[in-house]
Amino acid sequence: MSTVSQDKSVLTPAAFLIRGLAVGLVAGLLAFVVAFALGEPTIDDAIALEDAAAAQMTPQEVAAEEAAAAEEDHSGMVAVSRDNQKSWGLLTGTVVVGAALGGLTALAAAAVIGRLGNLSARGSTALVALLGFVSIVLVPFAKYPSTPPAVGDGETIGGRTASYFALVLISVLAVIAAVVIANKLRARVDGWTATGIVAAGYIAVVAVAAALLPSVNELGDFPADLLWYFRRSSLLTLMTLWAAIGVGLVALLGRLHDTATADANRRELAANL
Amino acid sequence: MSQITATPHGGAIVVPVVPLLKLGTWVVFFGLLAMLAIFFVSADQGAISFPAGNAVHEWVHDARHLLGFPCH
Ligand SMILES: [Zn+2]
Repeated sequence: MSTVSQDKSVLTPAAFLIRGLAVGLVAGLLAFVVAFALGEPTIDDAIALEDAAAAQMTPQEVAAEEAAAAEEDHSGMVAVSRDNQKSWGLLTGTVVVGAALGGLTALAAAAVIGRLGNLSARGSTALVALLGFVSIVLVPFAKYPSTPPAVGDGETIGGRTASYFALVLISVLAVIAAVVIANKLRARVDGWTATGIVAAGYIAVVAVAAALLPSVNELGDFPADLLWYFRRSSLLTLMTLWAAIGVGLVALLGRLHDTATADANRRELAANL
Repeated sequence: MSQITATPHGGAIVVPVVPLLKLGTWVVFFGLLAMLAIFFVSADQGAISFPAGNAVHEWVHDARHLLGFPCH
């Protein structure tokens, strides 16, 4: 089996990116539907709790809160209605993140297709989407799960954001290293052994990183059932996003690669006549 | 239909790949763009503020929570 890259091939980075963006937009739309149907009721409940807690504050506490708010710079402060936040605002967020992740997943697939032993273009693309979900969503979620409104201290948002993105970055870099190392190991050991070795390595790296990064516990007396409903809906939203990216890209990139393979073989045949 | 195509020299199949050097440029440019887009949804006017105010944060607020980013 020979691998070739030809200038005339339809297999260009642009062809991958445009498919990734299209699939990502649709995935963002589907994620919005799940987030709106399952997530929004739990956010409304959390905000109702937040408001109820605010209503029970003593006049002194209210005065202290207002004084603190007055100290902050209020230029450019606006209020977005709940109706807009849960519809157009939510849609903007899921579609923008969907397109970004769809594009990145397609470019990652472009890097590995035809380079992972006997794995087909469709198999390689499915693997990239699965590893993307595990490394970007599942592993960071285990240490820093989604939190509903009313949970979390505004004073610690900087540190929490830094810790969260540090774990995402370590997890993504570790999974890329795992794929590269597994590919090299296959020259010496069989595919399953190579996969087992790098999987163990990846788990070790993210486990150490998670253990070293600071823990967050700002739940207070937030009800456990509502917390679980929110986190479940958040995870389902993210699973929808990644499943749609995976399925969509397997279909579109698989067809693209079929065309490119047929073209390349036709040209190869013509050159040898 | 079989994927195996017989070719004149020993039945080899040609598997086209994307040249990595060409792909690298696209990864850098789109990577930066994607990171910027994700930043506005995930962290802007929370941990870091640009521009000043809260319009971006307020608009994408629910997505920030449901997509698992730290918000409140
Ligand atoms: Zn929030």
